[in-house]
Amino acid sequence: MKTVLAFIVGLIFGIGLLISGMANPAKVLNFLDLFGSWNPSLIFVMIGAISVSSIGFFWAQKKGETLWHTPLYLPQRRDIDRPLIIGSVVFGIGWGLAGFCPGPALVAVGMGVEKAWAFVAAMLLGMAWFERKNS
Amino acid sequence: MNVTTETLSALSGGMLIGLAASLLILLLGRVAGISGIVSFLWQRKKGDIAWRVAFISGMLAAPMVYAWFTVPPKVEVQASWPVVLLAGVLVGWGTRYGAGCTSGHGVCGLARLSLRSLVAVAAFMGAGFITVALIRHGVGL
Repeated sequence: MKTVLAFIVGLIFGIGLLISGMANPAKVLNFLDLFGSWNPSLIFVMIGAISVSSIGFFWAQKKGETLWHTPLYLPQRRDIDRPLIIGSVVFGIGWGLAGFCPGPALVAVGMGVEKAWAFVAAMLLGMAWFERKNS
Repeated sequence: MNVTTETLSALSGGMLIGLAASLLILLLGRVAGISGIVSFLWQRKKGDIAWRVAFISGMLAAPMVYAWFTVPPKVEVQASWPVVLLAGVLVGWGTRYGAGCTSGHGVCGLARLSLRSLVAVAAFMGAGFITVALIRHGVGL
C-alpha cells in the first residue's frame, strides 16, 4: 500500500515538473541567465510549490506523525556549516552547467533523453564518490 | 506560449510538486528531496528501499502518463556531452555534501522555515546564476 502510494506521489511530482516547464534544461538555464534571456518562470514554480508544501509540512509537523500515525523522518540539523555551503555551491555549478537537477533529470530519463541518462549515471557516480569518502 | 500561459503553467506545475511533497510527508513521513531519495542506492540501510524505488519509478513513468493526455514538452539539453557528465558528477557530489537539492532544500526546507535550507538555496541559486553568467557572457564553453 505504502509502495503504491509512493509510486503515485512520484508520478504527481513528475507530472508537476513537466507542467511547470522545469523538466526542460533550456528553460532552467534561461531562468539562471540573469544577464541574458532571463525567464523568471522558476520563481513561480517555487512559489506554487512552497505555497502548497508548507500546508502539508505545517500539518504534519503539528501532528508530529503521519496521517496514519507512523513516524516522520525529518532532518534534525539546524546548524549552518561549511559542507552545507560548499556542497550547495558545487551543486549550483553543476546545475548551471547543464540545467539539470536530480528531479528533472529523472523525468528526462523517463522521456528517453540520452544526455539525461548520462547525467544521471554521472550523478550516481558523484553520489557514490561522496559515500566512499564519508562513510 | 505567451507569458500568461507560461506563468500559469509554472504556478500549477509548482503546486502539483508541492502537493506531491505534502502527500509524501503526510502519508509516508518522508521529505521529497530527490537527491536524498536517489542516494539511498549507495547507502547500506536495508528495509528502506521499496518506497524509494516506487517513488522514482513514478517519476520515470510521469512522461508516459503525461503523454496519454497531451503532448509532452520539449527537453532541450544544450550542454555538450563532456559538460553533461561533469555537471552530473558535481550535482551528485554537491547534493550529498550539501545535504539536499532544489526539492529537498527549496520545496521542503523552505516550507519548514529551515534557515539551513535558506542558506543552501541562496548558495546553489547564486552559484547557478554565476555559472550561467560566466558561460553565456564571460568564458565561452
